[in-house]
Amino acid sequence: MTGQLTTRSIARFMMAPAVVFLLGWMLAPLITTLYFSFKKYLPLRGGDLGWVGFENYVKFVTASSFWPSVYTTLIIVVSVLVITVVLGIFLALLLDQPMWGQGIVRILVIAPFFVMPTVSGLVWKNMFMDPINGILAHLWKFFGLQPLEWLVQYSLGSVIMIVSWQWLPFATLILLTAIQSLDREQLEAAEMDGASTIKRFGYIILPHLARAITIIILIQTIFLLSIFAEIFVTTAGAFGTKTLTYLIFQRVLESQNVGLGSAGGVYAIILANIVAIFLMRIVGKSLDAKAS
Amino acid sequence: MPAAPSWNFIAKAAREMTDRANDINGICLRGKAGWGEGGAFITAMSNSFGARWFDEDWNAQFDTREWSDTLNFFVNMMSDAGPAGYATNGFNENLSLFQQGKCGMWIDATVAASFVTNPKDSTVADKVGFALAPDNGMGVRSNWLWAWALAIPAGTQKEAAAKQFIEWATSNSYIELVAANEGWANVPPGARTSLYENANYKDIPFAKMTLDSILSADPTNSTVDPSPYVGIQFAAIPEFAGIATDVSQEFSAAYAGQQTIAEALAKAQTITNDAMEAAGYR
Repeated sequence: MTGQLTTRSIARFMMAPAVVFLLGWMLAPLITTLYFSFKKYLPLRGGDLGWVGFENYVKFVTASSFWPSVYTTLIIVVSVLVITVVLGIFLALLLDQPMWGQGIVRILVIAPFFVMPTVSGLVWKNMFMDPINGILAHLWKFFGLQPLEWLVQYSLGSVIMIVSWQWLPFATLILLTAIQSLDREQLEAAEMDGASTIKRFGYIILPHLARAITIIILIQTIFLLSIFAEIFVTTAGAFGTKTLTYLIFQRVLESQNVGLGSAGGVYAIILANIVAIFLMRIVGKSLDAKAS
Repeated sequence: MPAAPSWNFIAKAAREMTDRANDINGICLRGKAGWGEGGAFITAMSNSFGARWFDEDWNAQFDTREWSDTLNFFVNMMSDAGPAGYATNGFNENLSLFQQGKCGMWIDATVAASFVTNPKDSTVADKVGFALAPDNGMGVRSNWLWAWALAIPAGTQKEAAAKQFIEWATSNSYIELVAANEGWANVPPGARTSLYENANYKDIPFAKMTLDSILSADPTNSTVDPSPYVGIQFAAIPEFAGIATDVSQEFSAAYAGQQTIAEALAKAQTITNDAMEAAGYR
């Protein structure tokens, strides 16, 4: 019994440096943000102007642009998640099939993920979606239709399109590895038993992918809650595309009100945690159900 | 095109130049959201319509007829003669359109002159003429004043070296270096008076117009009615960037037809007054 305890405390002791480091890595920005959120800090109007308690929090949440920005953030995150997971599954299934040039096709499918968000936003805006010079405009004109003003008429949809294009490879990659670890014999047995393609997909493939889907949802949520570049270079926050992150950017960098922006940052942390817990519950439940 | 046109002339000319079948827009102007993008342009334009951002008690002025006139004139002209999707066009997009010969006119920063007359990038390089920014006969033109500048932070430990660098970068020898490598048309405009007395630069088609534009801009007297702020296309207060970006986002939504001009102005009024009150100006 004593041997067990010693092993455990040695294990904790050895893990300590890594844990301490990670703790510090997480706490330093968090504490700084909390510190500034309770202060009136205006760099252009005198700097540190003292403690103001919860005033920044009240001001941030009572601004007329707060709730719309939260809804916009949630719409973008959920839409991109749905699109990338659904399309990712089908793309992964396709990529799993043996075909000529499989290696190159896979690289091309993964490629959009490595484009910088700013570049991707600009390329989409000026080369695809531009109503005069864009490829989509030329395509529409080829069919005799009036080109759409993507970013102006369907701004949120366009932003979602750009972000989904960027994150689809990530989902596809993870799902592809999951599909490749699928037990083929089980699938063949089911086929021989007379299960249709759809039944095989729904009862064998999909549950196997559940864990991969959870990982994708969790990682993507973390990043999607803070997308900024695509919105900044395409619509500059106009036409209802202002997310919570963009609002914080405006408060800190344009209004030069660090205190107010930090309070916004804390709200963003709360939102991220709510979304993460919610999603983990949903996917976690389906995971347990399938596992049992 | 007269050397100092009026807005009515510009609007009329733009409508006559527009040829939708051939993809030619009479005029290309900034509509993109952002205090320094579309916001800068519409503010400068509003000055020539007799409008101002704030009255002397720092009350927002978006409920005045002058602002309503400005926006209505702008939107009507752009619907008839401007490019599709102008609500997301900024400097870069308009530059690209102009260089492809898709704009009859463009009103923007004087630095663009060197780009549009560069035969390497511009298909209309030899067909460009220059004029002063338009006005409405109220005594204030719609040109603005802005410069990218070099500054030395107060806490620096290398002040002498920084000063030396700045002196070199704005010197005549630097201008001559650029001229030798890139041509006289591409030297930094507006840095030194002596540039405009230089025999090599006098022949550049836009040189005199640039100088006239710079000299006619007065940041301390930018509006027809008195205003409490310094700045032509901006108000030199720290809160301006944040407020003006929000306001310009509302204007861009109006350009896109997602709300009426009256709604946009009402929102701009509320946003600005609330922010100025929170900041302690009124």
